[in-house]
Amino acid sequence: MQENGPSEGQRRPTAIELSATSVTFGRGPTATPALAETNLIIPGGEFLALVGPSGCGKSTILKLVSNLLRPTTGVVIVGGREVAAKALRIGMAFQNPTMLPWLTIERNIMLPLKIVEPFRSEYRQKRNGEFRDKAHALLAQVGLKGFGSKYPWQLSGGMLQRANLCRALIHEPRMLLLDEPFGALDQFTKEELWSILQSLWLQHKPTVLLVTHDLREAGFLASRICVMSARPGRILDDSPVDFPRPRTIPMTFEPDFVALNQRLRELIVNARSNAPEAQEA
Amino acid sequence: MSVGLRQKLWSFGLIVIFFVGWQLFCALSGVSDLVLPRPTEIIATLIARFPILWPHILQTLGTTMAGFVLGVGLGVVLGAVIGVSKVAYDTAYPLLVGFSSIPKVAVVPIFVLWFGSGSVPAVLTALSICFFPIVVNIATGLATTEPELEDVLKALGASKMDILWNVGLPRTMPFFFASLKVAVSYAFVGAVLAETVASNRGIGNVMMSASSNFNVPLVFACLFILAILGVALYVIFSLIEARVTGWATRKNDLVAT
Repeated sequence: MQENGPSEGQRRPTAIELSATSVTFGRGPTATPALAETNLIIPGGEFLALVGPSGCGKSTILKLVSNLLRPTTGVVIVGGREVAAKALRIGMAFQNPTMLPWLTIERNIMLPLKIVEPFRSEYRQKRNGEFRDKAHALLAQVGLKGFGSKYPWQLSGGMLQRANLCRALIHEPRMLLLDEPFGALDQFTKEELWSILQSLWLQHKPTVLLVTHDLREAGFLASRICVMSARPGRILDDSPVDFPRPRTIPMTFEPDFVALNQRLRELIVNARSNAPEAQEA
Repeated sequence: MSVGLRQKLWSFGLIVIFFVGWQLFCALSGVSDLVLPRPTEIIATLIARFPILWPHILQTLGTTMAGFVLGVGLGVVLGAVIGVSKVAYDTAYPLLVGFSSIPKVAVVPIFVLWFGSGSVPAVLTALSICFFPIVVNIATGLATTEPELEDVLKALGASKMDILWNVGLPRTMPFFFASLKVAVSYAFVGAVLAETVASNRGIGNVMMSASSNFNVPLVFACLFILAILGVALYVIFSLIEARVTGWATRKNDLVAT
């Protein structure tokens, strides 16, 4: 494991490595290839955005890294070890904010602390003290102050997305896997959460893998963007994003930024039309 | 007046009307006490005989609860085993359905043959009749847990035990408590049934001896006791259910869809 947090300029150790990894669902004539053989190396502390047409295997990559899915071929190495070898401090936020309905928001957010070491062994003593304060601090940061004792059904969709982000962050993960975490939000809430996520990333420099449909989101947040082809997914384009940090919302309307968006857009449009089977919108 | 209170008053009113109607029917038709005693007479008998009936009430409650507790234990274990594995679920289901379809009154003589008459057959009958709804509910609850909820923990590297403990079991609690309510009524029925057939103690036995002595008011007094106990057990477990799994009554607003 990486002992020293990676810093700019220093050679950064590899956090995530996919080598010759592919995924096929099913077997025989009905087999559906989801991810073509992919090689991808993500250094520690990088903010990588995956963009591409629907159903291109972006989420598949996230599921591989988080060990929810086994590769059909190849290996996935996370934190220097093949996944499934050991529980890792991964923070994950899915598109649907899957809060457990029988727990209050704060208990939901504290869930990773209940599972992951070194917090796990202290959970019983600290769940009503230090850990709860931590959850409340995060809630306040995303604008949900005072909602900790509510149940999930008492919150709106946007509030749940924010809570979801808190749950992904509470155990100070070295690695964040975000699957369209802001998908269902309105533009203004999105932009607000982008800024929160950016400042969190600048503070702690975790490795982030973000799957998104929103090209502005990718450009605003990521330090590197990979464009994927239509199913079976392949990485078509892999380029760094060098806009200075901290980025601001007005920057996303400047010519350089718009040009980046346009280039990404064209790549995805081509990927869609070159798809082997006709893609539906 | 709140809707809940009004509803309760209506229910109470219906019960009163039922008994008043019964009383009037007896008084007007002149039907014999040996066929249908008047409610007032039944209640008088109940109060007069209560000191004698009390040990029998305790006996019936005791066998019911013993059978219920054992049935819950067995049901939870079986349900958990069947629920976590699709293969076990499909394999064991036909056998369970077959077993549960046997009328339990047919099993009592076998228990008596094995263990003699007394408390043991009553406990076993209560057990065998009440464990099935628990098995089915636990198994269904576990088997239908949304994979998205499990993924939240899986992504954190949680073990199978962690997932069962933090997702599977809490998710199953509403099913479990709903089945407890049913199971406790079943256990009660089973215990009384076995007492009726083969026991020298318990309300079921008192009813049998009273009816063979043509002491019809006492038979009805026993019926009243059974009804009151049955309702009491049901209410107790409903209250526990409401307390423990209040979150599930907002099902329409569940987030994980």
